Amino acid sequence: MINKVVKNAQEALNGVENGMTFMLGGFGLCGIPENCIAELVRLGVSNLTCISNNAGVDDFGLGLLLKKRQIKKMVSSYVGENEEFERQMLSGELDVELIPQGTLAERCRATGAGIPAFYTPAGYGTEVAEGKETREFNGKMYVLEHAFNPEFAFVKAWKGDTAGNLIFKGTARNFNPMMAMAGKITVAEVEELVEAGELDPNQIHTPGIFVQRIFQGKDYEKRIEQRTVTPKS
Amino acid sequence: MALSKQEIAQRIAQELQDKWYVNLGIGIPTLVANYIPKNIDVVFQSENGMLGMGPFPIEGEEDADLINAGKQTVTILKGSSLFDSAMSFAMIRGQHVQLTVLGAMEVSQNGDIANWKIPGKMVKGMGGAMDLVASAENIIVAMMHTDKAGASKLLKNCSLPLTGVNCVKKVVTNLAYLEIRNNAFYLIERAPGVSVEEIIAATEGTLIVEGEIPEMKF
Repeated sequence: MINKVVKNAQEALNGVENGMTFMLGGFGLCGIPENCIAELVRLGVSNLTCISNNAGVDDFGLGLLLKKRQIKKMVSSYVGENEEFERQMLSGELDVELIPQGTLAERCRATGAGIPAFYTPAGYGTEVAEGKETREFNGKMYVLEHAFNPEFAFVKAWKGDTAGNLIFKGTARNFNPMMAMAGKITVAEVEELVEAGELDPNQIHTPGIFVQRIFQGKDYEKRIEQRTVTPKS
Repeated sequence: MALSKQEIAQRIAQELQDKWYVNLGIGIPTLVANYIPKNIDVVFQSENGMLGMGPFPIEGEEDADLINAGKQTVTILKGSSLFDSAMSFAMIRGQHVQLTVLGAMEVSQNGDIANWKIPGKMVKGMGGAMDLVASAENIIVAMMHTDKAGASKLLKNCSLPLTGVNCVKKVVTNLAYLEIRNNAFYLIERAPGVSVEEIIAATEGTLIVEGEIPEMKF
């Protein structure tokens, strides 16, 4: 067993520097690495490129980094729900690259899977395909999309063990498994850290080989963006 | 009478077939889930990683780890499954999902769709829409026939940045049910009480009207 455990977020983010490219898991505020984001805010690193499906809300998630102007560029599929983001984007302070969600997911997967580029039908004939190679396969047109090259990936899991194996819960899985594969250094924060051997190997979603550092997260808020309910009858 | 948003959803629900996996977009498409015909089984896919999406949770049972693609709290049904985003879009691009229903700002007579960007306004992003329209075998667009100023949204050519090309085959609006083929809109049904003339007047693209056009039945 190779032990991947670090003490806390501070130790987990050792080596993080200005100007780096990061991947951050989550869909909306669901499954985001809350502790790592808080530590990035504390460290005050800036000029960051962040690859993440969304950009948080004004006072939570990546919105916290935006507020401190630590992010130079966002690579996302959807960036609504954030006024500060909008202000920085319209004023030109923030560079934004919008990517179809499935392409974003597959580019993350490709990064970790040793695939430099792949063809996808998404975005063909739209401005997303401008300047990109296109090619016909079986009578249909496809766009060539490339892998990323992030220095760090920050992911959040439900449970993890000391060997770095991860299990996700519900729809908090989303981009986390692919991003875990893609980081040169992947940091996993978990709600519950257990000893190796306590998790059933049959149930592991992300094998520990992809995780370089794992730590027990704390103080999870797990905010809900749109609380929709069926009234008690 | 033009259809309400609920009635548009109700008409689209009649197109669902037994054993179909279906992805519903945000807005009117979400309402389709309320009108599934009783005699068929369909499963809803949410692209953030869920098959077998159920209704909103009972008050007090919300789970921050169970949301749909609109970031709303939802529930899972018996037989459901959860997965990552790459797996989710493999289902979509691999055509394992039989039907996509989504909204649009514009649709053109060759099946192009624009629904993600208005130049000069804040761009929020395309989310999963480009992957969905590039891949789905069946795409039904749910939309208003005209914009608030009365201008047609069923056009010869889209004026807004495209989401996908040559992909939409059916459109249900507040006025009509139309099919797209041979570079034209074919009028198949009209909303109850709406005349063919009204539909012609509200359609900028080429509109083919063949024979008597029946009213929609609910």
